[in-house]
Amino acid sequence: MSTSASPHDPVTPRAKDGRAPDVFVPDGWVPMRCHADTEEVDFAIVGAGAGGATLAARLAEKGFSVVCFDAGPYWRPLEDFASDELAQEMLYWTDPRITGGADPIALAGNNCGKGVGGSTVHFSMVSLRFRPEWFKSRSKLGYGYDWPVTYEEIAPYYDQAERALSISGPVKYPWGPPRGPYPYRPHEVNAPGLILGRAADRMGIKWCSTPLATVSAPHGKSPPCVYRGYCHYGCSTNAKQSALVVWAARAVKAGAEIRDMAMVGQVETSADGARATGVRYHREGEWRVQKARNVVVSGYAIETPRLLLNSATPKHPNGLANSSGCVGAYLTTQSGPGVWATFEEDIRWSKGPPNMAVTEHWNYTDEGKDFHGGYAFMSQGPLAREWGQNLATSRGLWGEDLQRGMADYNHTMGFVPVGEVEPRACNTVTLVDDEFDQYGLKIPKVTFSYSDNDKRLIEHSVKFMGHMLDAAGGRDQWRNDDTSHLLGTCRMGDDPRTSVVNADGRSWDIPNLWVCDGSLFATTGGVNPSLTIQALALRCADRIESLARRGEL
Amino acid sequence: MTRSYPDYDVLAKWDTVSFDDKTRHVLRKRLGETPPRRFFSEEEWALMEVLCARLAPTPQRGGPVPITCWLDARLHEGDTEGYRIEGALPEAEAWHRGLKAIDEQARTDYVRPFIALDVETQVILLKRIQKGEVDARVWHGLKAGDFFTSTLLREVVGIYYAHPAAWSEMGFGGPASPRGYVRMGLNEHDPWEAREAKPGGARKPRGSGVA
Ligand SMILES: Cc1cc2nc3c(=O)[nH]c(=O)nc-3n(C[C@H](O)[C@H](O)[C@H](O)COP(=O)(O)OP(=O)(O)OC[C@H]3O[C@@H](n4cnc5c(N)ncnc54)[C@H](O)[C@@H]3O)c2cc1C
Ligand code: SF4
Repeated sequence: MSTSASPHDPVTPRAKDGRAPDVFVPDGWVPMRCHADTEEVDFAIVGAGAGGATLAARLAEKGFSVVCFDAGPYWRPLEDFASDELAQEMLYWTDPRITGGADPIALAGNNCGKGVGGSTVHFSMVSLRFRPEWFKSRSKLGYGYDWPVTYEEIAPYYDQAERALSISGPVKYPWGPPRGPYPYRPHEVNAPGLILGRAADRMGIKWCSTPLATVSAPHGKSPPCVYRGYCHYGCSTNAKQSALVVWAARAVKAGAEIRDMAMVGQVETSADGARATGVRYHREGEWRVQKARNVVVSGYAIETPRLLLNSATPKHPNGLANSSGCVGAYLTTQSGPGVWATFEEDIRWSKGPPNMAVTEHWNYTDEGKDFHGGYAFMSQGPLAREWGQNLATSRGLWGEDLQRGMADYNHTMGFVPVGEVEPRACNTVTLVDDEFDQYGLKIPKVTFSYSDNDKRLIEHSVKFMGHMLDAAGGRDQWRNDDTSHLLGTCRMGDDPRTSVVNADGRSWDIPNLWVCDGSLFATTGGVNPSLTIQALALRCADRIESLARRGEL
Repeated sequence: MTRSYPDYDVLAKWDTVSFDDKTRHVLRKRLGETPPRRFFSEEEWALMEVLCARLAPTPQRGGPVPITCWLDARLHEGDTEGYRIEGALPEAEAWHRGLKAIDEQARTDYVRPFIALDVETQVILLKRIQKGEVDARVWHGLKAGDFFTSTLLREVVGIYYAHPAAWSEMGFGGPASPRGYVRMGLNEHDPWEAREAKPGGARKPRGSGVA
């Protein structure tokens, strides 16, 4: 038997001493350029997820010296990932956190990963663009906030991200500005997706095969998707184009160093508070300091504001980059109420990626709404354990009732939207003053409540998805409530008084401190965020390159 | 009519390309080991055994699956989701307090420990706890309904549906790597999937999930 059956001890770093794991080869290694702590690198990036790994790869490809830190392990999917929901909980961020407000958000697996690749290691791969108007939703649609960038500025980076991720999608995408075909052919739609299609056809709305970041044909060392359906638990096929497989691999190849199992506790600043000087991080049992000319925080919409707040100094008593008071504020999520029904037909929704068909009807239709904003929704495919827990906690089933409910598993189908949520100052990430994590750092508290508008959007989506299920022939409908995707806690803007960073992700207060992840979002729109996060990171890399050329870094 | 998959055994795929080494390693442990008691007290453990018998299904084939020992291991290792609702007790404390309250509620209402009640009475009491219809003094500030649903039931069900016997019973495909699936459309099946029993047994299911 190969050594691959013994679990990787996820405490010992793998990426060190001049080499990093080869994500495509069990027990394999690739050479990695390493830097001493005392060497002042061009960029220290905190977090190797959708934002951080993308930026690390592009900056290294442009010739900058880069060290990218991640608190979690550097996985090799082929040897480390089991086909098992419970064992794969190892992918989630499960450090202590508090969740509160009128509508507390479920954390852990529901939104945040820990490890190189970040949350994209266990994400669903749905890869959609923003509706162009959303970048200026205040001026063009009359609600929310304007971003400091336009769709036209981001569009080339969407193109670049879709090519880099070999997105598999339709030849003609039914919504948005005219566009060419996706780089890879669409995936064959599975049974739940076909039911969405049938319902959409009967209701007279458009639908299509979801553009997904898993390859429909071989790409480099990635074989095509085998439709095993365990995408939320890590892809042991390596078909999924996660930030681990795509960007971290590219980053190391281009000369970046990725430091796994390295938790950053503070961004260090100069005595006068004017500049960031490096990061203080915990690895292999000790605290160390990496010197850097620039620091980028890319730790996800909870850990990014937490780190900036935890880095407070006498010069920056409210945390770094926080003169606006916006660090940790305007937290948004996306609403995700589920509507479910049983069908005569055999559906077997565990086969294939979970969201193979989509309709963006209510993202692009403004009439007939009693709310601002939009939502997309997709067919679903929860696995046994997740579904059992859903029936138990949402419907209150246990014992024989649960047994009977679960007997319908292969005949069940449902829809979940990605619903736009209003950014509001009262929804926050803050520090808990008297509780500390395993590193001795103050833990974060997430406070969230829906607005009346958010609630109207949710009810609209539930009603509409219910009609869809009826139209498709579903029986015994029921609903549950959920959220996904946290965003917006260090938003970008044009005005230093009301935003944390500018359009490049550069903080207003400390010019060599940057943010590059989902925290940047000024509004969320009604699509999953990762493609936009990656497009922003790609743009940020180009902007940094031109600023450097002009001597403005 | 409850649907069933009487001749499907997900473990029959053990030596096929639906299972890989890593998955076999994880499942060998889950099926072969019984972690010792480290988190629960002896009384709590005995109560948990009864609660699991009520809350988790019992597979038609093979009898109950072990839950208490794995729950104990999770709690002992602090291997849970890490976050908690504002104002809620830290997880370990919530478990100790919640179990104590369930037992005290039984003693208050029926003058007997929970495990000494007959099954019917246990079910009635658990339904009340689920709805939060309890004596607040017994629960000492813990919200009975929340503890029941978000802590107790969620964890018990989460361990039950991680067991292959539960997958076989519900016809869930289970491990699927390196081989996934080929036939994904409506009413389409690969030969290595579960066959559902047809009412009256008119059509003999083709294959049994073995390939
Ligand atoms: C179940 C699920 C399904 C999803 N499906 C989709 C989908 O289909 N489509 C889509 O677009 N989006 C999806 N998402 C959302 C998407 O994955 C995230 O929005 C995206 O990955 C966020 O990118 P990020 O860069 O902000 O953070 P992440 O990708 O989460 O990366 C943050 C990284 O930073 C590290 N980190 C944090 N703090 C520190 C620190 N102090 N020191 C060192 N390292 C640190 C973390 O370990 C983590 O690896 C899904 C998410 C989940 C949970
Ligand atoms: S369905 Fe495709 S993307 Fe999902 S885990 Fe399987 S091979 Fe990977």
